[in-house]
Amino acid sequence: MSKAFRNDAIAKVTGRAKYTDDYSMPQMLHAAPLHAEVASARLEEIDFSQALKQEGVVTVITAKDIPGNIKFGQIIPDYPTLVQNRIRTTGDVLALVVAKTRAQAIAALPYIKVHWQDLPPVFDPEEAMKQATALINPEHGSNICNYHRIRTGDIQKGEEEADLVIAETFSTSRVEHAYLEPEAALAHLRPDGVMEVIGSMQHPFSTRRFVASTLGFELKDVEVKSVPMGGGFGGKDDTAALVCARAALCAYLTKQPVKLTYSRELSMRESYKRHPYKMQYRMGVKQNGKITFVKVRMVADSGAYCSVTPWVTWRSTVQCCGCYEVPNVHADIYGVYTNNIFTGAFRGFGSPQVNWAIEQLVEIAAEKLGMSELEFRRQNMVKQGSITITKQKLDTHKVSLQEVMDQVLTQIDYEKKKKQCSYGDPEQDRWYGIGFAISYRGMSLGAEGADFNSAIINVQADGSVLLETGVHENGQGSESAMILIAAEELGLEVDRIRYRMPSTSNIPDGGSTVASRGTLLGGGATTNAARILKQIIAEALKEEYSLTADRFARGCIYAQDGQKICTWDEAIKLCYAKQIYPYAFGVFQTPRVSWDEETGHGNAYFTWVYGCQAVELEVDRKSGKITLLNMVAAHDVGKAINPAMIKGQFYGGMAMGAGYGLWEEFPLKEGAAVVTNYHQYRVMRATDLPEMTALIVEHPDPTSPSQAKGVGEPALEITAPAIANAIYRATGIRFVDQPIKIKEKGA
Amino acid sequence: MITVNNKVYESYDSKRNLAEWLREELYLTGTKIGCGIGVCGSCTILVEGEAKRSCLLKLENVEGKSITTIEGLSAADGTLHPLQQAFVDAGAIQCGFCTPGMVLSALALLLKNHHPTRREIRQALQGNICRCTGYQQIVDAVERAAKIMYPRTITNDTK
Repeated sequence: MSKAFRNDAIAKVTGRAKYTDDYSMPQMLHAAPLHAEVASARLEEIDFSQALKQEGVVTVITAKDIPGNIKFGQIIPDYPTLVQNRIRTTGDVLALVVAKTRAQAIAALPYIKVHWQDLPPVFDPEEAMKQATALINPEHGSNICNYHRIRTGDIQKGEEEADLVIAETFSTSRVEHAYLEPEAALAHLRPDGVMEVIGSMQHPFSTRRFVASTLGFELKDVEVKSVPMGGGFGGKDDTAALVCARAALCAYLTKQPVKLTYSRELSMRESYKRHPYKMQYRMGVKQNGKITFVKVRMVADSGAYCSVTPWVTWRSTVQCCGCYEVPNVHADIYGVYTNNIFTGAFRGFGSPQVNWAIEQLVEIAAEKLGMSELEFRRQNMVKQGSITITKQKLDTHKVSLQEVMDQVLTQIDYEKKKKQCSYGDPEQDRWYGIGFAISYRGMSLGAEGADFNSAIINVQADGSVLLETGVHENGQGSESAMILIAAEELGLEVDRIRYRMPSTSNIPDGGSTVASRGTLLGGGATTNAARILKQIIAEALKEEYSLTADRFARGCIYAQDGQKICTWDEAIKLCYAKQIYPYAFGVFQTPRVSWDEETGHGNAYFTWVYGCQAVELEVDRKSGKITLLNMVAAHDVGKAINPAMIKGQFYGGMAMGAGYGLWEEFPLKEGAAVVTNYHQYRVMRATDLPEMTALIVEHPDPTSPSQAKGVGEPALEITAPAIANAIYRATGIRFVDQPIKIKEKGA
Repeated sequence: MITVNNKVYESYDSKRNLAEWLREELYLTGTKIGCGIGVCGSCTILVEGEAKRSCLLKLENVEGKSITTIEGLSAADGTLHPLQQAFVDAGAIQCGFCTPGMVLSALALLLKNHHPTRREIRQALQGNICRCTGYQQIVDAVERAAKIMYPRTITNDTK
């Protein structure tokens, strides 16, 4: 039995790993937030005089107490850390109670009297888009938060050439991340004037910006440190950073350490969700199976604030036709403000929605043409050298879509099993179905923003190594991946390398650990740093031995002819003796990407990954109960750095994706959360899942210094449509709305 | 009197919540609180070898009982319990927040059923949510631990 590598496994399996809420400090106070009761109102007065009289209460903080900016945001600064005058969502925080214990802070909340005047709310994005509708964020000048488009080819020509046009509207729901650890932050003002923050967040640098903006501090005066985090999945960016900013605000005003830990109820009430989409597609096809055009209009509900909606919807724009060649494309994508709980980054980032639609649409088209869904996909899928709908040529890496699809279908024996599908046969009590979906995915941020990362390798005098990067450990095992990459480059055992607890004051801002970019970006920076370090060491050796170091392996350094020059430890000793620091700073700056907002053309991402997943399931005809029987995934990861953790991403992605397809949704009533805790929000449990198979496909990517690519999001983004396709073959019914509600459709 | 990881405690507020007491008074922060209403399993502990959700218990509910938390599992010299080692080796750990509860639920199973099937393992872990792993490698870990903790003798081996 092979063994997995994780640098943090022992700490976590013994309970010694300390997450934010596990820390405490002398004289530490506790804060609790007061949320808005309604989704849209003018805030008139907050009377907290009675709250102040409650046992243990130290102070109550409102927007008036904020020394810096009240509002902040990653793209548009529209999010109030505490509401000043306008309530826009039930997730808004109006005040913070600070008390000696957490229980006392929570107990004082009902004693705050809030006076407000209701304003007409808007919960439907289509309604919000109308000219006559009042503005939710008047500063923005429109309820349309953002708009993207693609105009490729000639849509008229595409319509004319089509032998058949399929029109279908798909919808997806608001979905909760449900990371197991709710948000938490602990902040204290250090004697040197620096606000130091630890928190359950996945973007320390974004957190630092939120904290600095709220306090009116310079970035140098805020230090955010990373501690183990109990899951993020994209969800611990804005809200988590705001929780940190609020804790820092309390610590700044009270001059005492303050901890702000959210309960599950607070987390679900306030935290952002995955964007619900409405997607209206028209697809034209020729009798021979070639797609002639796609016309699509998408509306994404951004909720009350912008967060990263322009970036999420941009990925949906670039990938709006799935992994297919389409000569004529006309796409309009809107992100829209409403008074709903806001939406933001969530594993997949705009792709789960479009894949839900397009991977069903191609099967609908194939069936109408009387063609197999395999053949239809093979004909239209991107291949080596293909031009994407944004006019990017896929020639910088191996386009392995056909290969991953073939691997999955062979493994699951698709062609044979398809013949056994029930299609709603009234003679059968248990309906069987099999289905699959494929995707390509642009890696990392693409033209969303600056995309670079850095790594520091600092070799100590005894030869041991300290490594750090701008990548954050979200639980996925990024630290382990960085250690493995450095160990291979330097020819060292992993136990010689320690991943240093990162701090925003020690390494440049490397962007968020999102977008499946951790291994790709951080690994690239680590590889480059290791190569610089080897040059530094080689210079010292050249001086001493007149030999050129060529290979670092097994703790030794070898010359070109294979002759051993010396051991690693001897080389490091030599460096220090010669006053040459074995210290390297490496940067990975991704290849240039481009984007034209007018046409929707450009090299959107510098490299792409390819994946396929298939699902077998059974539907009980009478009860509608769905039982997953088997799931298989293949993803091209470039180069596999840590196979056990890659498989963990496959399995975890499939589980989360299956929940998305089958039952995950976060309904709102008058803009407020209906779901308050896990008893009402069903996530996949061990008994809900079948045994899964993970097929790792490797085509080392020449554009990635470590040759590795990402898999966190690819693993999630096609499970739901694979399930929908399997359910179609089981029941004979197409489910265009996510999640699948089999009883409502009357199967 | 309550025994926690073989240490006896006699002075406490019997109305206090057990999970909070473990975390805040005993600093046994390996017991996590993920929901506070007994549905996520992060706060799982063993009470007399049975898996229980500590967030639903008051100290009076465990009066006179012996409790094991995740901190009480490894040997005094730091050697991991075979089940802990199996979690490490099988790659069953990602964010780690569910891990302590997951390990203790699995241990409660193995103490009763030395050779569980994968289905039985899944059933025993049904009360523990993991949002990262999809459970596949956690089930692998428990299977692996069972083989190490309770090796089948040759005569018993049906294979």
